[in-house]
Amino acid sequence: MTIEEVQNEIIDEFSMFEDWEERYQYMIDLGKDLPIIDEKYKTEANIIKGCQSKVWVHANMEDDKVNFTADSDAIITKGIIAILIRTFSNQHPKAIIEANTDFIDKIGLKEHLSPTRANGLVSMIKQLKMYAIAYQTQLN
Amino acid sequence: MLDVKNIRQDFPILNRTVNGKPLIYFDNAATSQTPQQVIDVIVDYYTNYNANIHRGVHSLSQEATDAYEQSRLKIQNHFNAKHSHEIIFTSGTTHGINLVANGFSSLLKKGDEIIVSALEHHSNIVPWQMLCERTGASLKVIPMNNNGELILSEYEALLNDNTKLVFVNHISNALGTINPIEKIIEKAHAVGAAVLVDGAQSCPHIKPDVQALDVDFYVCSAHKMCGPTGVGMLYGKEAWLNKLPPYQGGGEMIAEVSFEKTTYAGLPHKFEAGTPNICGGIAFGAALDYMNAIGFDAIAEYENDLLDYGTTELLKIEGLKIYGTAKEKTSVISFNVNSIHPYDIGTILDKMGIAVRTGHHCAQPIMDFYNIPGTIRASFMFYNTKEEIDAFITALKKAIMMLS
Repeated sequence: MTIEEVQNEIIDEFSMFEDWEERYQYMIDLGKDLPIIDEKYKTEANIIKGCQSKVWVHANMEDDKVNFTADSDAIITKGIIAILIRTFSNQHPKAIIEANTDFIDKIGLKEHLSPTRANGLVSMIKQLKMYAIAYQTQLN
Repeated sequence: MLDVKNIRQDFPILNRTVNGKPLIYFDNAATSQTPQQVIDVIVDYYTNYNANIHRGVHSLSQEATDAYEQSRLKIQNHFNAKHSHEIIFTSGTTHGINLVANGFSSLLKKGDEIIVSALEHHSNIVPWQMLCERTGASLKVIPMNNNGELILSEYEALLNDNTKLVFVNHISNALGTINPIEKIIEKAHAVGAAVLVDGAQSCPHIKPDVQALDVDFYVCSAHKMCGPTGVGMLYGKEAWLNKLPPYQGGGEMIAEVSFEKTTYAGLPHKFEAGTPNICGGIAFGAALDYMNAIGFDAIAEYENDLLDYGTTELLKIEGLKIYGTAKEKTSVISFNVNSIHPYDIGTILDKMGIAVRTGHHCAQPIMDFYNIPGTIRASFMFYNTKEEIDAFITALKKAIMMLS
């Protein structure tokens, strides 16, 4: 699936929910199932510090596809990471570089990606793209 | 007893909804809400007499100057300062602290010591670290116990002839602890050290008498006591303010200027360079009028009741731990539930229209002491109610259920 297809699939899933409670409960559950980063990668170098919550990200590439694992100390942040990683993982670096995250608005979670929210997510998206750019240069 | 129903009518913002739910505002320790009486003063200023002060001969300027200086007298009266020129308008607490810290940089030398408390806000730590870097003085810290109270015996052990300054907040923003500043000031004076008290968190709840306290400097912000943001005051004893050099250069703070030499204006203008926040200063006075009309004794009695009720109800929740259990504290409750991240609880509460603060409250050393990433902080003002606390507890239980 392309990144856009995965994003559309997520929009479909969220459209089934009637209110914020169901949306948040789903997001919290996604957070619990997040592909957890291997403890050995939870290092200072891999940490993205938000004022409110911390995020760790690790990337690796196999068969020209990038995969991400991550973690956060806050479960709602983790839920959003799970959503983002689902769209960005198992994709070619070029696709990740070109992808946007507008779908987050459509599933009613826009406030979490506000640069002033200080939960580390905006920096995390930048970091995912940085990894993709680094892997892209390896392929060139 | 204070008539909360009537008081709530004064605060238009309390009628709004957030995420479709009636707003419950429990983030008062960050900033308080503004009553219509103060909003009216702000509107009146810009509608009727907006002008620059202290320099115009025209009527508007005179009216604005009169109102601004009237406000200074209100502040003097409120804090019981001996002279009105001991009240310096600032942009807020942080500005006041920096003004004093900068002033002391010319008075300190290597080997001198500054004492701060472990309960400080970042804004009360960083300026002193900078001051120590500039002057070679060293920084000592009064430790706290598990209840979040300063250990006074340790403080006394830190004091000596090299101690030049002691900085302590009157009330801790993160924990609500009321510090025994009378004793702290007395002990500091015994070794000849000056004391600056950060009153940002105390002034909304109690009425300090700077002469009775014999404090050398006292700072606060208007926005935590029903006034606007961007304005505050520094009280300094006349002798101390005369000793300190000006903080910023500019208009208002000079007597005569030539390229060879400038002579500075007298107090308070020496520390009030440039066009100040005129409207804010006037509104600050109106906020004091508003709070004094209710009465600080009535406010304290009512808020203590809210604190007791909130504490009792919160402690009924399994796994909830309150940080800061000092005997003397104000209406601030900092807590965590099991190992749930404060950010998660704060996010869910916001969805239900409840505003609390989450995080380290700009007091990371305190969070490190308890080894936690932060807390959820509910802080009450005299316009909050027990019914709001009940709704908050219900919402909190729901958040815990969702997150567990």
